[in-house]
Amino acid sequence: MAYRRTEVGADVTSGKVLGKGLRVLGHAVRDEPHMFAVSVAGSVLFSLLTITTAFVSGAVVGRIVVPAFDHGRVATGTLLLGGLAILSVSLGKILGILGRRLGAGAMQFNLQAKYRRAVTRRYLRLPLAWHQRHPTGTLLSNANADVESAWYPIAPFPFAVGTIVMLVAAVVSLFLTDWAMALVGVAIFPALLGVNVAYSRRMSPRVALAQQLRAEVSAVAHESFDGALVVKTMGREASETERFADKAVQLRDATIRVGRIRALFDPVLDALPSFGTLAVLLVGAWRYQQGATGVSDVVSVTFLFTVLAFPVRAIGWVLAELPRSVVGWERIRHVLDAEGDTVYGETALTGTGPAALRFTDVRFAYTDAEGNGPDVLSGVTFEVPAGRTVALVGPTGSGKSTVAALAARLVDPGAGTVTLDGADLRELTQDALVGSTALVAQVPFVFDDTIRGNVTLDRAGIDDGTAWRALRLAQADGFVGHLADGLDTTVGERGTSLSGGQRQRLTIARALAGSPQLLVLDDATSAVDPRVEAAILAALRRADGATRAASILVVAYRRATIALADEVVYLERGRVVARGTHAELLETAPGYADLVTAYEKAEEEREREHAFDADRLDDGLDRASDGLDEESVTA
Amino acid sequence: MTTVESVSRTSILRRGLALSPELFTGLAGTLGLALLATAGRVAVPVAIQQGIDRGIRAQGGPDLGLIGTIVGITAGVLFVTMISAYFMNVRLFTVSETALASIRTRTFRHIHDLSMLHQQSERRGALVSRVTGDVDQISQFLQFGGLLFVVSLGQLTVTTIVMFVYSWQLTLVVFAAFAPLVFVVRFFQRRLSVLYLEVRESVGAMLGVIAESVVGAPVVRAHGIQRRTAERLDGAIERSRRAQFRAQTNNVVSMSFGELAAGLALAGVVVAGTLLGVGGHLTVGQLTAFLFLATLFVQPVQVATEVLNEAQNAIAGWRRVLDVIETEPDVADPGPAGRALPDGPIDVRFEHVHFAYPGGPEVLTDVHLTVAARTRVAVVGETGSGKTTFAKLLTRLMDPTRGRVLLCGVPLSDVRFDSLRSRVVMVPQDGFLFDATIADNVRFARPGLTDADLTRAFAELGLTDWLDSLPSGLRTQVGERGEALSVGERQLVALARAYVADPDLLVLDEATSAVDPATEVRLQRTLDTVTRGRTTIAIAHRLSTAQSADEVIVVDRGRVVQRGPHADLLTDPTSIYARLYASWLEQTR
Repeated sequence: MAYRRTEVGADVTSGKVLGKGLRVLGHAVRDEPHMFAVSVAGSVLFSLLTITTAFVSGAVVGRIVVPAFDHGRVATGTLLLGGLAILSVSLGKILGILGRRLGAGAMQFNLQAKYRRAVTRRYLRLPLAWHQRHPTGTLLSNANADVESAWYPIAPFPFAVGTIVMLVAAVVSLFLTDWAMALVGVAIFPALLGVNVAYSRRMSPRVALAQQLRAEVSAVAHESFDGALVVKTMGREASETERFADKAVQLRDATIRVGRIRALFDPVLDALPSFGTLAVLLVGAWRYQQGATGVSDVVSVTFLFTVLAFPVRAIGWVLAELPRSVVGWERIRHVLDAEGDTVYGETALTGTGPAALRFTDVRFAYTDAEGNGPDVLSGVTFEVPAGRTVALVGPTGSGKSTVAALAARLVDPGAGTVTLDGADLRELTQDALVGSTALVAQVPFVFDDTIRGNVTLDRAGIDDGTAWRALRLAQADGFVGHLADGLDTTVGERGTSLSGGQRQRLTIARALAGSPQLLVLDDATSAVDPRVEAAILAALRRADGATRAASILVVAYRRATIALADEVVYLERGRVVARGTHAELLETAPGYADLVTAYEKAEEEREREHAFDADRLDDGLDRASDGLDEESVTA
Repeated sequence: MTTVESVSRTSILRRGLALSPELFTGLAGTLGLALLATAGRVAVPVAIQQGIDRGIRAQGGPDLGLIGTIVGITAGVLFVTMISAYFMNVRLFTVSETALASIRTRTFRHIHDLSMLHQQSERRGALVSRVTGDVDQISQFLQFGGLLFVVSLGQLTVTTIVMFVYSWQLTLVVFAAFAPLVFVVRFFQRRLSVLYLEVRESVGAMLGVIAESVVGAPVVRAHGIQRRTAERLDGAIERSRRAQFRAQTNNVVSMSFGELAAGLALAGVVVAGTLLGVGGHLTVGQLTAFLFLATLFVQPVQVATEVLNEAQNAIAGWRRVLDVIETEPDVADPGPAGRALPDGPIDVRFEHVHFAYPGGPEVLTDVHLTVAARTRVAVVGETGSGKTTFAKLLTRLMDPTRGRVLLCGVPLSDVRFDSLRSRVVMVPQDGFLFDATIADNVRFARPGLTDADLTRAFAELGLTDWLDSLPSGLRTQVGERGEALSVGERQLVALARAYVADPDLLVLDEATSAVDPATEVRLQRTLDTVTRGRTTIAIAHRLSTAQSADEVIVVDRGRVVQRGPHADLLTDPTSIYARLYASWLEQTR
């Protein structure tokens, strides 16, 4: 199948990664200056003490051990002092480790949390049109995996900074000790850095590819498990497994390619300091022969090279993670920098009674990022007068749900206006908008929360009494009353513990609880008994103590629902073809008549055929009932 | 308690490793390479000892020639080390990635083989992470931790041997310094296994809340509950941050004990070594070498400590993968031992079938009936009456808790899945579509079909007009889960997909519930024509389906209460069907 590929991230193969990556690290430092300071201080302390270890060991060997061995005796006090010196350096290093790693951890996790909050805030503010252009999987990984990879290098970053300080200190101390041995260091350290840089260059494209494939593996799995029922009922497990295995094998190969680079560079990076140690031994012996240096200096310097080997790797870790970090960061920025927030206006609604909705010459298209897309609605004009009920009828795919979404300002029209009580929806404050209009969607969405939470949504002024009234009106009080914890029952992810009909009634109750001035029902009552639907609509038409009166726009097929409407708007292929009462439309709009009388016509036709069949084919029916004779219906 | 825990951890590790026999192919070779690779590390301190004792401090002044030889030999050893390390790394990556790719695929397949109920008892995201994040954790451990662990063990072994050669007394000093670490590490591992679990749970919960805010964006918008949603998000994000930091803190504190042990060891070696040297048991070079060796001993111990901590993460990953793989599918394919459905039309028989969801009340009670081959049957009843359960038992998405279902006289549990799924097709109410074109989606049922076949199928279903109204016809992208199409349009595609599968028994579970009446009636008529000669069972909310069926089965509160042709069922005006029908007329007239 030609499944769409998810977009590939930033171009991380270019040499610019290093610069970009350093800029990302700069953001991190600016965002978390305190934790960065703590961790770098810890790291520098650790690094300096690491060098000190070398010199203390050297000094202890040179000043205490060698004289003691040469003279065959030792002063206990001096010896213990030497031991204590080594031990206290260790304790200092522990402080350094704690500062470095706890600081780095705090920095990394704080940054993750901060950017997760920032990204999800944007999700809440960006318009639905933006949401529709981005696959759910991408949005989820922006807030999760991408944030994680952006801040991956933070863990070794302070260590690396400390190591650079250490390298500088090491070179200085080397020169202070002996210039010849220092030259070995001057040769080895840049070589280490150079190899590290070459390493990260080679790694970048390979790591980026592996990361991309990891996302694709995840996307295939997600979709396949989402459609598990279809896969099962069509018996396509084997071909789905093949599709998945194909991606898994690509990921395997990509990761092995990453591994080969690591396998090549890791041993080189490991061995370089050892070669340095050997060189120091040779040079040191030569200098000793010349009388320019002592044994303890040679020991110190060789030891220094040994202890440096490990920290220098930290620089490599940071460099290796930079490409991934840049990709993650750029994906986060794509969300943070996205424009076109839903801007709410300043106008409040003055009326408290039913509100009048008006569509004037509305055009709408679901557009891609470039703003292209075929029109779904064009020239749509109609109104729902205050306190009236209007039924929106049309064939499958004619744009009814889009009209519903426009009425609740989930999307804005491409041209034309949608007004509520004369005010353009775009001019209304958010409070005015959500306080006045309630939309019940075709597919109910239920939060992983309690029944109470799902009905009240913590909106001001909705107490348990209101919630129960709304549940009663939506005929959901029955099943909620039977739940073990009543309103406090949690309903699970997407409301899995409820049936489809129960979920639908819960979302209707949610809309009713807000006492809307305009209620938009998008084919939302299919699982509700028509009598209940009639009761809901009737209650909303007359104001009483409990319920505020409302105007109603209802997407419907049922004749019973249409019968409750004052006017019918008939939609075909995104255009209003006819408006009027049901009776008028039956006369004037043939498409409408076909639609709403489809069942009757089908039945009439069937009856004609039956009459015909009965004349001709009685043995045909006998055959059909043969199988039925042995039936035993256990009631 | 703790022993039980550690036993179960070892058992998980054992069973986890047993999943991937590939990991053990050529293990001896890898270990041999690892040993060679550590040789170089030990070679350097030995070179220094030799260099100092026999070179620098040689009698009669430093012997540069000897030192040159020592350095040359050691450099050679280092080269061998590098090359073995390269091959060991490559082997490790190849072997572990190959093993993990096959675990991924096996787990993926196994999840599809689990019964529908099993699949639905898990969050979708959790299932996905079984084949992604959980396996990645194992891979991280095997490649980074596992490698380091092997190398560290090698280094420890070799270092210990060399240390013993130099001085068994000093070796004991080093051991004494590290002994308490064993207890510290064990203590922290227990804590960490709990803390890492908390991390994963809090991350899972956070992902759930984020997903909710993304998928439920229209609801958030429509009700203006951005602030409430933001608070929920912040809470979940903060909980996960705290859990991660707690785990990190414990890990770091446990690590710092390693450094403490190292300090003790070094100090101890200097003090004890000097005393030994004064007694003439040790040379300066030997003591210096020992200091190096102690460092070489310290590093792997620290690394191993950290690896063991992180192993808790990998073990958790293995545990979650094993949870899936070791779950026997409760609705299992009998496989080659099973029978194929006999050719020809399919008849259905329910024998005293009962069904209850796990831990729930009975939703179907003693259903006992036969549906003759080639008939068109409608199953009707109010929401929650058990209609859908009937369809799921019929297609063996679930097995009855009591009684049995037979197709053509063959018990369903004996029917091979490949035979069952090619002959019996169900169209569920939620017509899930893949993020691909309409053509791809319909072809899902039969991959060999050409575009012309597909166009013909849509024409036969009377959907040409609708298809033509789409911007790109068959090539129209349907979006994630088909969401670029309206709910009704998705059902049309799902129906076409089932239609081209050409089954002998077609089960429609409210397959046209969101389609407009005119289209539905048209579809009904075409389906009646094209499914003539097969058995069709339609679970219907709209009674128009029942009117045209050969027979209607009325389900009420889990029991079959009436059956017969539409007209016959209406003869008793007090019957449940008559009531349903009256209500239907009320809705549609």
